[in-house]
Amino acid sequence: MPPRRQAAAATGVPPVSYGFAVPEFLRIATAAVALALAAFGFFTAWRGRPPVRAHLYGVAVLELFVLALVITTVVSWARGHRVHEPATLGGYLFAFLIVPPAGVGLARMEPTRWGSLIIGVAGLVEAVLVLRLQQLWSGSA
Amino acid sequence: MPEDQEQVVGTDESAPTPTGGRDIQHGFGRVLVFVYGLFALSAGARATVQIATKFHVAPVAYLLSALAAAIYLAATVCLAVGGERARRIAVACFSVELAGVLAVGTASEIRPSAFPDATVWSGFGSGYGFVPLVLPVIGLWWLLRTPRS
Repeated sequence: MPPRRQAAAATGVPPVSYGFAVPEFLRIATAAVALALAAFGFFTAWRGRPPVRAHLYGVAVLELFVLALVITTVVSWARGHRVHEPATLGGYLFAFLIVPPAGVGLARMEPTRWGSLIIGVAGLVEAVLVLRLQQLWSGSA
Repeated sequence: MPEDQEQVVGTDESAPTPTGGRDIQHGFGRVLVFVYGLFALSAGARATVQIATKFHVAPVAYLLSALAAAIYLAATVCLAVGGERARRIAVACFSVELAGVLAVGTASEIRPSAFPDATVWSGFGSGYGFVPLVLPVIGLWWLLRTPRS
C-alpha cells in the first residue's frame, strides 16, 4: 500500500513486514461483492419482490469475504501494525462481522419487498464499512 | 437470476395486530429497525469509547453522542416492539432527534469551537452521510402516516 509506506518513511519508521499485508484486492473484492449485493437487494425491492435464496447465497458469499478481511486485519494488527484508535477499529470490525447475519435475520422475518430492501441496505452498509475500516487502518480517518 | 416468485425465504410468523391500531412493526418498519439498530450500536460504541478514553477533550460533544445513542436505542426498541404506546414514545424519540440534529448542526456551524470533536449530529450528520438528518424525517413519516385499516 503506497500511502502507508510513504507515511512510514516520512516518520522515519521502517515499514514492518507482517509476512503479508492486508491485501488491497481483498478490500476491493469485498466492496464489490457488497455493492453487487446492495444492487441486487435494491433491484428486487424496487420490483416489489421478497428476498429469495439467491439473496441468502449472496449474503453468505459476502460474509466469507468479510471474514477473510477481518482475519487478515486482526492478524496484521496482532503482528504489530499500529492503529490510532484501537477501540474504534475493534468496534468497526465487530459491526462489519454482524451486519450481514443481522440483515438476513431481519429479512427472513419480513418476506416482502422490505425484506429485499434490508438486504440491499446491509450490502450498502458493508461497502461503507470497508471504506471506513481502510481509513481507520491507515490512520487517515 | 432465478425465478423470484417460487422460493421465497422466511416466514412472517406474527400477523399484523388486529386491534385497528397503526402497525409500525412490519413492512417498512423492519427496515427502520435495521438501520436504527445499526445507528444505536455505532453511536453507542463510539460514545462509550469517547467517554472512557478522552472525556476531558470535549465533554459536551461526548455527552451529546451518548444522548443520541440512547435515543437511537429507544427508537429501535419501540419500532421492534410495536403497539400504540411504543409508537408514541418513538414519535417523541424521532422529534427529539430531528430537533437535536438541527440544533447541534446549526450550533456546530455557527460556533465550531464549541465542538472540538465531532458528534453524530455535528454538521447536520455530515460525517454519516446526512443519514442522522434524514432518518428522523423518514421515521416520523412512517409513524404518522395514515393508518392502513
